[in-house]
Amino acid sequence: MTIFRSHVLICGGTGCTSSGAAEVIGSFKQELARRKLDGEVLVVPTGCHGMCEMGPIVVVYPEGTFYCKVTANDVPEIVEEHIYKGRPVQRLMYEGSGDMPALPHYKDIPFYGKQHRIALANCGYINPENIDEYIARGGYEALGKAITSMTPAQVIDEVKTSGLRGRGGGGFPTGLKWSFCAAAGGEKKYVICNADEGDPGAFMDRSILEGDPHSVIEGMMLGAYAMGADEGYIYCRAEYPLAIERLKQAITAAEGYGLLGDSIMNSSFSFHLHIKEGAGAFVCGEETALMGSIEGRRGMPRPRPPFPANSGLWGYPTNINNVETWANVPQIISNGGEWYASMGTEKSKGTKVFALTGKVKHTGLVEVPMGITLREIVFDIGGGILNDKKFKAVQIGGPSGGCLTEEHLDTPVSYESLTALGAIMGSGGLVVMDEDNCMVDVAKFFLEFTQKESCGKCVPCREGTKHMLLLLEKITEGKGTMEDLDTLEELAHMVRDMSLCGLGQTAPNPVLTTLRYFREEYIAHIRDKRCPAGACTALLRYTILQDVCKKCGICAKNCPVHCIPGDRNSGYRIETDKCIRCGTCFEKCPFGAIEKK
Amino acid sequence: MAFSVEEIREKTRKITEPWRERNGGLIPILQAVQAQLGYLPQEALETISRELKIPPSEIYGVATFYAQFHLKPRGRHVVRVCRGTACHVRGSLKILEKVKNLIGVGENETTEDLRFTIEPVACLGACGLAPVMMVDTQTFGRLVPDMVKGILDKFE
Ligand SMILES: Cc1cc2nc3c(=O)[nH]c(=O)nc-3n(C[C@H](O)[C@H](O)[C@H](O)COP(=O)(O)O)c2cc1C
Ligand code: SF4
Ligand code: SF4
Ligand code: FES
Ligand code: FES
Repeated sequence: MTIFRSHVLICGGTGCTSSGAAEVIGSFKQELARRKLDGEVLVVPTGCHGMCEMGPIVVVYPEGTFYCKVTANDVPEIVEEHIYKGRPVQRLMYEGSGDMPALPHYKDIPFYGKQHRIALANCGYINPENIDEYIARGGYEALGKAITSMTPAQVIDEVKTSGLRGRGGGGFPTGLKWSFCAAAGGEKKYVICNADEGDPGAFMDRSILEGDPHSVIEGMMLGAYAMGADEGYIYCRAEYPLAIERLKQAITAAEGYGLLGDSIMNSSFSFHLHIKEGAGAFVCGEETALMGSIEGRRGMPRPRPPFPANSGLWGYPTNINNVETWANVPQIISNGGEWYASMGTEKSKGTKVFALTGKVKHTGLVEVPMGITLREIVFDIGGGILNDKKFKAVQIGGPSGGCLTEEHLDTPVSYESLTALGAIMGSGGLVVMDEDNCMVDVAKFFLEFTQKESCGKCVPCREGTKHMLLLLEKITEGKGTMEDLDTLEELAHMVRDMSLCGLGQTAPNPVLTTLRYFREEYIAHIRDKRCPAGACTALLRYTILQDVCKKCGICAKNCPVHCIPGDRNSGYRIETDKCIRCGTCFEKCPFGAIEKK
Repeated sequence: MAFSVEEIREKTRKITEPWRERNGGLIPILQAVQAQLGYLPQEALETISRELKIPPSEIYGVATFYAQFHLKPRGRHVVRVCRGTACHVRGSLKILEKVKNLIGVGENETTEDLRFTIEPVACLGACGLAPVMMVDTQTFGRLVPDMVKGILDKFE
C-alpha cells in the first residue's frame, strides 16, 4: 500500500456537487499530476460534511485545514501554497464572526463545536466508494464481534440497553421492536431499511447513504442476525440517484469480501440484500404502505395489527427501521449499549441528526446529543438568523410536526418534550423562520403538501384535509371569518383522531400549533385583512412613499402590467386596482421608496 | 425520440420477461419502461398486462398513484422546481412563477415543441442551498428569480 504524505478530502455530496465539486476534484487531480505530486498526495471524494451552504468543502490532512466555497480556479493556489510550500491559504478558510480570525480547523468552527457525530461519524471522512476505508475506521468489526462472540439475544439486549429509539419519526424503542420480530415464529423473515425520506426539508438519510453506505448495511446485518432474518430490502426514493448508486456499489463490495451472502465469516448466518427504488409518494414512507409498494401494489397503508413483526412483507415477519436508526447500530454493538445510553436525556438517549434549514446563517446537517436546547442549535450552531432579522418560529418534524416559538427555545430536545408542545421529533427537519414568514401561509403550505399526498383510502384524511386547506386559502385571501377558525380547529381534531395512518393523524399538527401559538396572526388576516409578515400576496398593498421617491421611474419601467403611471417631473403612483402584487417594483426600487403592507 | 407501436411492445416485453415467474415486478418494470421510452405509452401498459396477467385497471391504478410515472410524453428537459419547506421559506414560489412565466406552461405541463416540462417537486435534498431547482440532472442552488432565464437558456 502506498503511503501518502497528505490527503485532500473533497466533498462529493449532493450539495457540493451542485456547487461545482466535480470540477474541483478534476482540477486537483490535474494540478497534482502536473506537479508530479500525485504519488504523495491522495485526492479522496467524500460524503457530506453537513455544511453544504459553504460548499464545495475541501479538507487537507494531516493538518485538517478546512476550506470552503472552493472553486476550480482556487485549486492551483492551494496546491502551490499549501501542499507545495506548506502555507495554508487564509482567504479560503472559514471566516469567524466579528474580529475572530479565519478558522483553519474543523473543531474550531462553532458549527461543529457542539456536534457529536455517531450516525455521521464517517460522513466526510472516508471515500464512501471504498470499502477498505470503512473497514480501516472500524467498519464490520461489530458484525464480527456479534457473529463470533454474541448470541442473537445478546445483540438485542445490547440495543435495548442503549435506549436507541426509531429515528424515522415514531421514536419506538428499537430493541423492543426487534424482540417482537425475533419472537415471531417461522423460517423466513425480512429486515427493511426505510430510506423513503419523505419530509420535504430533511436530508440526513440521503447524506448517510451517500457518505457512509456501509454503516447502514452493517446495521441491517446485525439486525438480521439478531432477529433471524436472511433477506433484506432498502427502500430508497428514486429522487436520490447518487444514494442508490453508492448503495449498489457498497453491496457489491461487501459481497466481494464475503461480508454479505451465504455463510458470512464462515458462520451459519447468511444474508442477502436488495435495493428497491421508490416511485414518489410520501405515504410510502409509512411502513405498511412501503411493504405494499415493494410487493408492487399501490402504496396504501393498512390497519395494524397485524404488525409487521408478525405479518409483514409477503406475510412474513418483518422488521423495518429508518436509515439513521440502522446506522447507529454498529457503534452500539462495538462500544456497548451503556456507552450510547450515557448520552442524551432520561428517555431519549444518544444523538439525533437534524437538518437545519430556512432563515439561519448556517444551514446544514448537524448531529447533536439529545437534550440540547433549540436555542443552542439555532443560535450557537446555526449562527442565528440570516441578515440579523428577528427569530419568529422553528418548524420541527416536517409536515407532521409543529411550529414552536421564542418561548420554547430553551426546551431541551427530546421525544417527550417536543410532543408535549404539540410538535414532534419526526425525521429531524428544523426549519427556521423569521419575521418575513407568515404562519398562516406556512400552515397552508404544509396542508397543501399533506392534502396532495393523502392516499385517499380513508375519508377523514382525504376530505378533511381538503376542507381545511380551503379554509386556510380563504383566510390568506382575506375572506375568512372568525367562525372559520372554529371550524378549522374542529376539523383538525376530527382528522387527527379519525384517520387510519400517521399521515392523516399528524397532518393537522402544523395548523393546530400555529393556531395555538400564533392565533393573533390568523386574526389579523381575518379582522384587519392584513398579513403582518407581508407574505400573503392577496392581502398586500404596494404604495410609493412620495417623500422617499426620487422619481427615477425604475419601478414604472419594470412593472409587468404597466400600472405605475407618471413621469420624472410629476412623480409616480401605483394604480392599486390594476396591480397584480408581483413585488417587482418593491425589489427594483433603488431607494426603498416602495412600501409593502 | 418517437417509437413505433411494435418497438414499444418489443421493448416492454423484454423488460417484463425476467419478472414473469416472480413477485413484486410491476413497479420496477414501469420504472424500466419509462427509463427507456421516456413515458408510459398505453401500448406498454397493455403489454405488461398481457405478459404478467394482471388486469389493466390494476396497472393503471399503480401507474397513476405514484408521482414518478407519466402517461404522456415529456419535454426534452425537465425543470424540477423544489417546493419543499426549506425552499418555500426562502422564496421558491417566486422561482416557480418565474419559470412558468418564461416557459409559458403550467405545473406538470409540457411545451408544444417538447422543449420543457415543468415539475414542482417536494425537496431535492439540497436544502442547504435553498431555493433550488434542477434541470435534467443539473442542480442549481441559491436562486433568485433573475437567475432563471440564464439557466433555462442553456437548455435547447
Ligand atoms: C405518512 C408517513 C410517512 C412516513 N415516512 C417515513 C420516512 O420517510 N422515513 C422513515 O424512516 N419513516 C417514515 N415513517 C415512519 C415509518 O412508518 C416507520 O415507523 C419507521 O420507518 C420505523 O423505523 P424506526 O423505528 O427506525 O423509526 C412514516 C410514517 C408515516 C405515517
Ligand atoms: S390517513 Fe390519509 S394517507 Fe393515511 S390511509 Fe387514510 S387517506 Fe391514506
Ligand atoms: S407590485 Fe408588480 S404589478 Fe404592482 S405596481 Fe409593483 S410592479 Fe406593478
Ligand atoms: S454536500 Fe458537501 S457539505 Fe453537504
Ligand atoms: S426543500 Fe428544497 S431542496 Fe430540500
